[in-house]
Amino acid sequence: MSLQTSNDQRDQKGSVGYVTPQEAVIEQPLSLACGIVLPTHSLVYETYGTLNQDRNNAVLICHALSGNQHAAGVYEDDSKPGWWDHYIGPGKPIDSDRFFVVSVNNIGSCFGSTGPNSENPETGKPWGADFPPLRARDWVESQKLLMEYLNINCWAAVIGGSLGGMQAMRWSLEYPDRLKNAVVIASSMKLSAQNIAFNEIARRAIKSDPDFCDGNYLLENKVPHRGLALARMIGHVTYLSDESMGQKFGRDLRMGDLLQGKTDPIEFQIESYLNYQGDKFSGFFDANSYMLITKMLDYFDLAREYNHDPVAAFKHAQCDFLVISFSSDWRFSPSKSQEITDALIAAGKQVSYVAIDSDHGHDAFLLPNQRYREAFGSYLSRVADQIEGIAQ
Amino acid sequence: MNHDIGFIKDWIEPQSRVLDLGCGDGSLLVSLRDQLKVLGYGLEIDPQSISRCLAQGINVIEQDLNKGLKNFADHSFDTVLMTQTLQALRYPHLVLDEMLRIGSKCIVTFPNFGNWRTRAYLSFRGRMPVTKQLAYQWYDTPNIHFFTHTDFEALCKARKINILHRQFLANGFPDKLLKSLCPNLFTEIAVYHLSR
Repeated sequence: MSLQTSNDQRDQKGSVGYVTPQEAVIEQPLSLACGIVLPTHSLVYETYGTLNQDRNNAVLICHALSGNQHAAGVYEDDSKPGWWDHYIGPGKPIDSDRFFVVSVNNIGSCFGSTGPNSENPETGKPWGADFPPLRARDWVESQKLLMEYLNINCWAAVIGGSLGGMQAMRWSLEYPDRLKNAVVIASSMKLSAQNIAFNEIARRAIKSDPDFCDGNYLLENKVPHRGLALARMIGHVTYLSDESMGQKFGRDLRMGDLLQGKTDPIEFQIESYLNYQGDKFSGFFDANSYMLITKMLDYFDLAREYNHDPVAAFKHAQCDFLVISFSSDWRFSPSKSQEITDALIAAGKQVSYVAIDSDHGHDAFLLPNQRYREAFGSYLSRVADQIEGIAQ
Repeated sequence: MNHDIGFIKDWIEPQSRVLDLGCGDGSLLVSLRDQLKVLGYGLEIDPQSISRCLAQGINVIEQDLNKGLKNFADHSFDTVLMTQTLQALRYPHLVLDEMLRIGSKCIVTFPNFGNWRTRAYLSFRGRMPVTKQLAYQWYDTPNIHFFTHTDFEALCKARKINILHRQFLANGFPDKLLKSLCPNLFTEIAVYHLSR
């Protein structure tokens, strides 16, 4: 336990400090996989570190379902650090002293980039449920436009966990000469039926909320808080493991007791925690974005256009890969990462695979873990060495 | 202790595909990459060794040999290597079969238990040998099989494995001078190049 504390304390050092999001208005049309073209779109992003003279030390951070541009550092009016602050900062694996880190909020999300809450130029009203369906490749296309906007020719690395890892893999196939490394963490080449099932339960929960109004809740001045909270509660359980929930909450009671002869209300700690998490989430995330992005996860299938052959797919890649999994992750289990690794080896690509022991389930990719940090850092430190001419 | 097995590069084609089972810190793969430009991958389970591989740009896959190698396709590598690990595996003969399924050829090295020092240790002290090559107490050792290079060749014959090359290594005196006269008595480390 003391070891864990000291690790956490070390994480507190090496922050990128105060950060401010920026907005890029992309004037080029974005052709989406569904056939719809967005004539322009906005992307909110943050950067950490300095772009070097050769402009070749930029890394792209790809967020997952509920992530956003705020991956590291703190805002002046909010002391809560970015979602990947444990791993991005000076001296951290994604070292902002060496890399120029670009973290973007993707379209369809709800933190300022073009999404369901933005105005549909054709109607002058918010897109709402009519926002075009998205695929992971659409995020990659939009990130490619941001890359050009920032005048970056090649990413030193594209890095992401979960859905973020899917984007990193898609990058390696769509723009093989535009990235040197792909770091694919707690991810998968496609979701399992069980994964899709959980996503559908979440969507059903949102749709069941009368305030959802078929997705047009903004026009009705309503917000489907209850449905979104329930969706998040379901998702949250699947991101944790039985072990971590057992350790953190066990069967502890927050209220009442289980003695016979009493009628007082009883509440388990886990009930209270989950309700709190659900309510908190429904306060800052958008229901239409949740519907849209869970579907995007379901539709992702890396090798679909390659005759369902992942080896044939990865033959197109030119970058090096690092694949990382976590032992207790049952949503994106280590076997899924092993499949990615096996396909990359069979395709003759440079790949390393690290299987981290952790009790924290899928969420482990966000949490402090010494081994994870070491392996991640060793790999990226060599990438930085190569850029700086220290290693071949 | 450190026997130079640099000569195995003569058994490996430049730019071929090499899989090193139990690659440690990746130093062998580094030299094969630098000298022969091989496409190499190492399997390893020790976290520190894995980090050292990553830091050197060696492809390292975290995978336990004892849990099988079924994820590797038949003949997907030109050479499958395993140095000083055979004696530590639960079923060495099955791993050898797997190596020869995955690789066209394979290279193994192992400590020769037939060396006179281990024989003398057991004969005269009546205790299981603790030597430079086998530097563990019997109750706490990764080495769970003890065999000589003659045992190994008998296994190869029984399982129809061809011996393409073999080299006997010894650093000690007089082993170094006498190993070619009586390999089983003076070899410390045996190196075999195999096919099926």
